[in-house]
Amino acid sequence: MENLVNIFVKSIFIDNMIFAYFLGMCSYLAVSKTVKTSMGLGIAVTFVLVITVPVNFLLEQYVLKKGALVWLNESFATLDLSFLSFIMFIAVIASIVQLVEMVIEKSSPALYNSLGIFLPLIAVNCAILGASLFMQEREYANIAEATVFGLGSGIGWLLAIVALAAIREKLRYSNVPAPLRGLGITFILTGLMGIAFMSFLGITL
Amino acid sequence: MENVEKEPLWTAKTKKLLTNPLGMENPITVQVLGICSALAVTVKMKPAIVMAISVTVVVALSNLIIALMRKSIPGRIRIIVQLVVIATLVIIVDQFLKAFAFDVSKQLSVFVGLIITNCIIMGRLEAFAMANKPWPSFLDGIGNGAGYGLILIIVSFFREFLGSGSIMGYPVMEKLGVYKFGYEDNGMMILPPMALITLGLIIWVQRARNKSLIENK
Repeated sequence: MENLVNIFVKSIFIDNMIFAYFLGMCSYLAVSKTVKTSMGLGIAVTFVLVITVPVNFLLEQYVLKKGALVWLNESFATLDLSFLSFIMFIAVIASIVQLVEMVIEKSSPALYNSLGIFLPLIAVNCAILGASLFMQEREYANIAEATVFGLGSGIGWLLAIVALAAIREKLRYSNVPAPLRGLGITFILTGLMGIAFMSFLGITL
Repeated sequence: MENVEKEPLWTAKTKKLLTNPLGMENPITVQVLGICSALAVTVKMKPAIVMAISVTVVVALSNLIIALMRKSIPGRIRIIVQLVVIATLVIIVDQFLKAFAFDVSKQLSVFVGLIITNCIIMGRLEAFAMANKPWPSFLDGIGNGAGYGLILIIVSFFREFLGSGSIMGYPVMEKLGVYKFGYEDNGMMILPPMALITLGLIIWVQRARNKSLIENK
């Protein structure tokens, strides 16, 4: 349990997807103009992460890892399919995004209307594939850890995009030098926020 | 296909495809594509250059392949088709790096895999390769890869030079002997947030020189 809390806090604050690894920057910069839309995208990303990371974890454990196919046949013990992980992960992500979109459309039209346009975009958000690849690289022990990692990364991303959107809303009333307007100042802002987030470094629970 | 032969391979238009992405249509600073990986691999110049080459190879070849197939891809499933082509190319690049440049491939860690979701590649496929012939698409891929690489190299040059006092792993500052006069490396440049600020400053310089790129409020 302590371990899970540790992973959770770590993935939100210390290994924040945006400030520590710059993942999902494209949509982070494009959608962060108002708090409301960025909140919608953040929730959608968290949602997809919570589903894809554990699914990819199972795939890694039972199909891709070296010797993972032993449960099928003893003779597969030396088989190593990990070179296929990129294409498998992206296929899982693309199909789950599609599936999630259909389920939400049927079960909750209100949520679908608020997330609708963002859902298809998420398939090519680097934060989603990045989380699966980090999960593979860090070798989480069980599915609970992987799920918590997915949830934490999503919440960290949500936090970052909403914070940036809130600042950009205020920024509209300030006098930024003309060449810095828009993209330039957003980069510098994100950098400064990243420095602030670095104060969380070294926290272990 | 008989039209292909009639067009000369090099015209002013094809040359523009190569040179435009280096400046006025730079994928990173103007089109805002492919930021994620651009920032994470720029601590040292060597991984940045390897990354730039890998992305150029993938974007050029995937542009070429998609342009060849563009008429037979059904519109609805094009994203999946594109992802499969990109993922296959990225796996080849990844295996190649693991075989011939293992330490660099370790340094790049997950970012080689993340070329798949690098927006430059999807962006160029959607915006260019789906509507153009193979040869211009290939050049467009090379041009955009080079424009991406240019920014990567500039950012990593400043970060490595100011942060570790070296260029391409060669300790310039130490050879110049500036440490004796009390100069110290700026450790902050190695930290991730400084990549963003460096890039912000590059955009500032570029837009100050090209007024047409300035965004309206």
